[in-house]
Amino acid sequence: MTTVSTPVVRTPNERRRTGSIAWHVGSLAVLAVVLYPVIWVLGASFKPSKDIIASIDLLPSKPVWANFSGLADGISGISIGTFFTNSLMYAGLAVAGVVISSSLTAYAFAKIRFAGRNLLFTLMIGTLLLPYHVLLIPQYVLFRKLELVDTLVPLVAGKFLATEAFFVFLMVQFMRGLPRELDEAAKLDGCGHLRTYWSIVLPLCRPALITSAIFTFINAWNDFMGPLIYLNSPDKYTVSLGLMMFRDQEGISNYGSMIAMSLVALVPVIAFFMAFQRYLIDGMATSGLK
Amino acid sequence: MTLVKEAPVRPAKKRSAAPVAGRRGRRRENLAGYLFMSPWIAGFLVLTAGPMIASLYYAFTRYNLFTPPEWVGFDNFTTMFHDPRWQKSVEVTLKYVVVATPLKLLLALGVALLLAQQRRGQGLYRAAFYMPSLIGASVSVGFVWRALFSDDAIVDRTQKIFGVDVGGWIGDPDYVLYSLVALSIWQFGAPMVIFLAGLKQVPRELYEAAEVDGAGPFRRFWNITLPMISPVLFFNVLLESIHAFQVFGSAYVVSDTRCGPADATLVYTCYLYQKGFKEAQMGFASAMAWSLVVAVALVTAVLFWSQKKWVHYEEAAK
Repeated sequence: MTTVSTPVVRTPNERRRTGSIAWHVGSLAVLAVVLYPVIWVLGASFKPSKDIIASIDLLPSKPVWANFSGLADGISGISIGTFFTNSLMYAGLAVAGVVISSSLTAYAFAKIRFAGRNLLFTLMIGTLLLPYHVLLIPQYVLFRKLELVDTLVPLVAGKFLATEAFFVFLMVQFMRGLPRELDEAAKLDGCGHLRTYWSIVLPLCRPALITSAIFTFINAWNDFMGPLIYLNSPDKYTVSLGLMMFRDQEGISNYGSMIAMSLVALVPVIAFFMAFQRYLIDGMATSGLK
Repeated sequence: MTLVKEAPVRPAKKRSAAPVAGRRGRRRENLAGYLFMSPWIAGFLVLTAGPMIASLYYAFTRYNLFTPPEWVGFDNFTTMFHDPRWQKSVEVTLKYVVVATPLKLLLALGVALLLAQQRRGQGLYRAAFYMPSLIGASVSVGFVWRALFSDDAIVDRTQKIFGVDVGGWIGDPDYVLYSLVALSIWQFGAPMVIFLAGLKQVPRELYEAAEVDGAGPFRRFWNITLPMISPVLFFNVLLESIHAFQVFGSAYVVSDTRCGPADATLVYTCYLYQKGFKEAQMGFASAMAWSLVVAVALVTAVLFWSQKKWVHYEEAAK
């Protein structure tokens, strides 16, 4: 606001600068609210247990390591490392499964003209809207009959069988965007579909593959309902279930370790996100458009 | 669909580039197609279509996993409709969908409009706003939410500043659902990114023309931005409401593992989980699942029907 009485003519440059400052102030204000919980958990993990809920400070007055060193004891005889290994196995297999099976399926939809393609594509898109819960019970019955409950198989089988329609769709969209001349040229040079898929389409689809891989990793890492239903023995638990054990057994008495483990459990997700956020965000954006 | 399309441009090359012409080639293409997508076909049959048929059958049986399913006709459905806890779960879920979805999309659109401006550091902001969408589903964040909304924690204290004292939301049956709503709104990053992509597609000339005609920012938003992004808005409404119907993890983790207190966060899937996996009433749970499918299909149909009235698709744009 100007206090001088003479009319002040603001140059476009000045106007742009005030606009820019207002924009940054606005964005930072929203950002502060949005990131508050993340910063809070970071601060809380260094607070003594009794202070975590009670103190309003975002950061600890005197940081303590006890919460993290407490994690070394594990929960009821199971080390934290076990949960992490299980989650890593689950997420790793899920990524491999999704990338292989979805890219093969997407190649067929995008690049091969076969009878019934449109019908199958419609069915595939239809599964996108189908609530997962309708399949939950029969799938459980199936895996129980196959005696595969309490293994990772029920959790990853679908990933190897391209049931995650979202990723197939993402890859189909991407492959359709590749110049047609490329695979025509490959065909001219005598490449079969397998060769075209492997040496031409796959390398060019790297962004779509990376997006799918990261989303799959993060979804598997965060997955709660799947492990809750299929895993029974604590030594097979993933991180999510390990966290629930913490809550049920230690309760409020060891709030610090619970928060510390929550933070540690978030680290892989946040690390992946930081490293690949460009792919993730662009992948998310393209899924909403044609 | 013919394999060799009538290609007026460079016909000679096109023809030679298509060795698939002819019946044998076509058969080979069919075979290749089905081979490539055999994982999906197997998955669709064994993990989607088969289970759908099975669960439709279970819905009409009494089935506890240990004895064979016993046909009971519509019993599960009649029991379900008269079950007060089922009614409660429908009420809780609808409240959640109706409150969380619009608020989340409003925030997503607001922030997207902010970030659509060309400013320095815009990419960084975009990434930071997106992060909650990825970590929000984890049990860790559920714990954080419990802590933030518990008695005497940050939310409670902030309320007290404004003279409102309801205690923590977590233990209060009247408020606990809104802590889940808050968690859902917090994950506004995914729809925001889709809005942003939509905003980028709006031709700048439209705004310039409107400005020349003297339209203010509000009019420009209402008459240009909103119609132009309506397909993206439609997509977001559809996706987010379908997701909201299926919320489970946060209700289980944030409130307590029985989706209490007093069934206050007994969302539909939580009741389905309790019936199926805690009480081994697989038939009843299947009936519930199919009712959910019908509800989601209805919502989808209504949205698709309504889009004629408010979604603006450009004729020429493909």
